[in-house]
Amino acid sequence: MDVIQWQRQHRDHQASMFREGFLDDQFIQLQKLQDETSPDFVIEVITMFFADSENLINNMKQALEQTPVDFRQVDAHVHQYKGSSASVGAARVKNVCVTFRNFCDAQNLEGCARCLQQLQHEYSLLKSNLQHLFGLQQQIQAAGGSIPTIE
Amino acid sequence: MEKERVQVMEAENKGKGLMAPEDLATKLTALVVDDDKLTRMLHQRLLNKAGVKNHAVENGKEAVDIHRSAQSFDMILMDKDMPIMNGIEATKKLRSMGIGSMIIGVSSSSKEEEIREFMEAGLNDYKVKPFTFTMLSSILDKINS
Repeated sequence: MDVIQWQRQHRDHQASMFREGFLDDQFIQLQKLQDETSPDFVIEVITMFFADSENLINNMKQALEQTPVDFRQVDAHVHQYKGSSASVGAARVKNVCVTFRNFCDAQNLEGCARCLQQLQHEYSLLKSNLQHLFGLQQQIQAAGGSIPTIE
Repeated sequence: MEKERVQVMEAENKGKGLMAPEDLATKLTALVVDDDKLTRMLHQRLLNKAGVKNHAVENGKEAVDIHRSAQSFDMILMDKDMPIMNGIEATKKLRSMGIGSMIIGVSSSSKEEEIREFMEAGLNDYKVKPFTFTMLSSILDKINS
């Protein structure tokens, strides 16, 4: 496959991530922060986000397994995750966090458990989609091309 | 966007004897106060791109301590929820120390009562995360004016 085809795949995949709501405008803001002085900025930020995500989701899970459940503690983890997902443009993850916080406020354990499951699902989808996107990026760079960006 | 802003401001300021915006930006200093590493990374990158020299600390106590060591900053980006000392306490403390820097609260909270409490602690402004280039530009414009 040549550079032009890799670039087309990259463009199409990124566009579909926006269309399906995985990403929002904040991801474009992240891309604008990347330049020759910080060429791997987006991957560095997203890698950090992946580590944070796994840590926070695990914390939420443990907090929900306590007896009794400390909903303020659960909410603290969800609040943090809402912030970091918003910062990287992970729209669907952020939206689940919003719903999750409402269930924490209502001290609704069943609702919280459902949200946790949804969060794990959305994070897993986002991660695999972003990893595919970065894989395409690597192919483009290996072939000497430039990464297409959405304006 | 930064280049466009500079061009517009240069055109407006031509012949008025005012400092060029890029000169002003590179003389400004900022302190990022946030317990989240990813947020610190993003905010520092934004400030770097805008030519603002910056430093980052992880909580309100470190922000207070750095000012006690006689360092000062033109602006402070202050998170609200942090361990050890939160943004509200830190802002109150800094103001009581006579720190007149522009303190911008930056948090993901959008609840009116929480924002009001934070503002009353002594903020100049409050921005809901994610903190963007547009928000930073408006703050730099305020400092410039």
